[in-house]
Amino acid sequence: MARIIVVTSGKGGVGKTTTSAAIAMGLAKRGHKTAVIDFDVGLRNLDLIMGCERRVVYDFINVINGEATLNQALIRDKNCNLLYILPASQTRDKDALSQEGVGKILEDLAKDFKYIVCDSPAGIERGAHLAMYFADDAFVVTNPEVSSVRDSDRMLGILSSKSRRAELNQEPIKEYLLLTRYSPERVKLGEMLSVDDVQEILSLHLLGVIPESKSVLNASNSGLPVILDEKSDAGQAYVDIVARYLGEDRPHRFIDDKKGFFGKLFRRSN
Amino acid sequence: MSTGSQKIPYSQPVLEFKSSTFSVPVLVLSSNDLKIIEEQLQAKIQLAPEFFKNSPLVLDLQELNKQSVEIDIGQLVGLIRNSGLLPVGMRGGSTKQNTQILALGIPVYSISSSAVSTGSHTQKIINPLPVAEVKKDTTATDKTALSSTTTLITQPIRSGQRIYATGDLVVLAQVSVGAEIMAEGNIHVYGVLRGRALAGVRGNLEARIFCSDLQAELVSIAGTYKISEDMEETVRGKPVQVYLQNNNLIIRDI
Repeated sequence: MARIIVVTSGKGGVGKTTTSAAIAMGLAKRGHKTAVIDFDVGLRNLDLIMGCERRVVYDFINVINGEATLNQALIRDKNCNLLYILPASQTRDKDALSQEGVGKILEDLAKDFKYIVCDSPAGIERGAHLAMYFADDAFVVTNPEVSSVRDSDRMLGILSSKSRRAELNQEPIKEYLLLTRYSPERVKLGEMLSVDDVQEILSLHLLGVIPESKSVLNASNSGLPVILDEKSDAGQAYVDIVARYLGEDRPHRFIDDKKGFFGKLFRRSN
Repeated sequence: MSTGSQKIPYSQPVLEFKSSTFSVPVLVLSSNDLKIIEEQLQAKIQLAPEFFKNSPLVLDLQELNKQSVEIDIGQLVGLIRNSGLLPVGMRGGSTKQNTQILALGIPVYSISSSAVSTGSHTQKIINPLPVAEVKKDTTATDKTALSSTTTLITQPIRSGQRIYATGDLVVLAQVSVGAEIMAEGNIHVYGVLRGRALAGVRGNLEARIFCSDLQAELVSIAGTYKISEDMEETVRGKPVQVYLQNNNLIIRDI
């Protein structure tokens, strides 16, 4: 049975699409057949981050409207043959999404895939609602600043009250916190909320911290999910996150500032 | 006319009685001088003419009758109507006044449900029943009755969520900024209270809010509220209780 993961935040620009691309790639690299769906109808971006924008023929809305089959619309990733992308339509808007249509597509995908990653648009309107409605797990992407934290909190409220699991009185959606664009130096200077501050406000299980990194922008520009950049700290952070999600126990690496981290390593190797 | 063909068969109920609560301004009078009443009423209305325009109003004669002062009900109602207000009820009147107002087609309400704070009532507020004693006295049947009116929340209440409890509300997790919890009875929050908490929302002046860490945006008891900015630093981030004393909202350490 497939597991449906929604990557959501409420606020825009926090790294939902980057995270969706990275964890979908990470799960596929670990040998699980994975599909990633762009729910941001009208403002599609996932295809760019995944580097498949020139191979889009049919999209999500075409499949919902019966103008194309799922197999016609799914794009196989060129780096990993277990990963498929279902792009959003750029010429339509969120009203083109219907709950029945989305439900049917997820049901069909679930027959064939192990993980389905839903890249939610920003906001709490139709697109975001449908992206999370059928989810089993939610990755709540948050930046360490107050407005992002508050929006995430709002999103968590919606996850716990307006999802299919909530409506059917099933076990609630499992919620995980992903703290992105984290800069330990700025936390030290008091310019940014710390992991503890965010945890205290959201009281949520921390799946991982992704450090602020130039490699994220470079990865987006070159159309390669950052998780494939194994030398970068952000790439390694996503590798850890995927491993933790799959049940492995890995220490958090990017919470302390670099000096402290290497200092600790040094001490340990002695 | 079209009514003939569109009549619904008699077998189906065409009406339904429902119970609903409204918030209506109450005019408490402490003088029978109609001229002064009119002057002061006009002055109040001038402050917010749109708000008072065609506003329903309940008359409260409790203070007058305590002073055994008579008032001409007919003239009073006329005066109020001329001011653009619509009297929809009266309370605290004498038997004679009740008869007079009923004759004008205005209903009479009892005073008991939401009492105006008077000397004897404040006494009661100052000395609430010790909680421990109440507990000791509750029998098994009382306990079930208690649990049926107590709402228990174990999950965090997130920004944008609203919880309404008809009795007491007990929250074992945090209440986030932007969340709103309301109870007709008391509110207990055993996590951090960062949102809004409103106890005694139907006028129970003895309702209280208890929380283990006060960082609320707003706390309110029976409509008397305090916003975050007005809370003293000495009570922030601490276990406190919030209650009413002489119509003042008191926030104090537990």
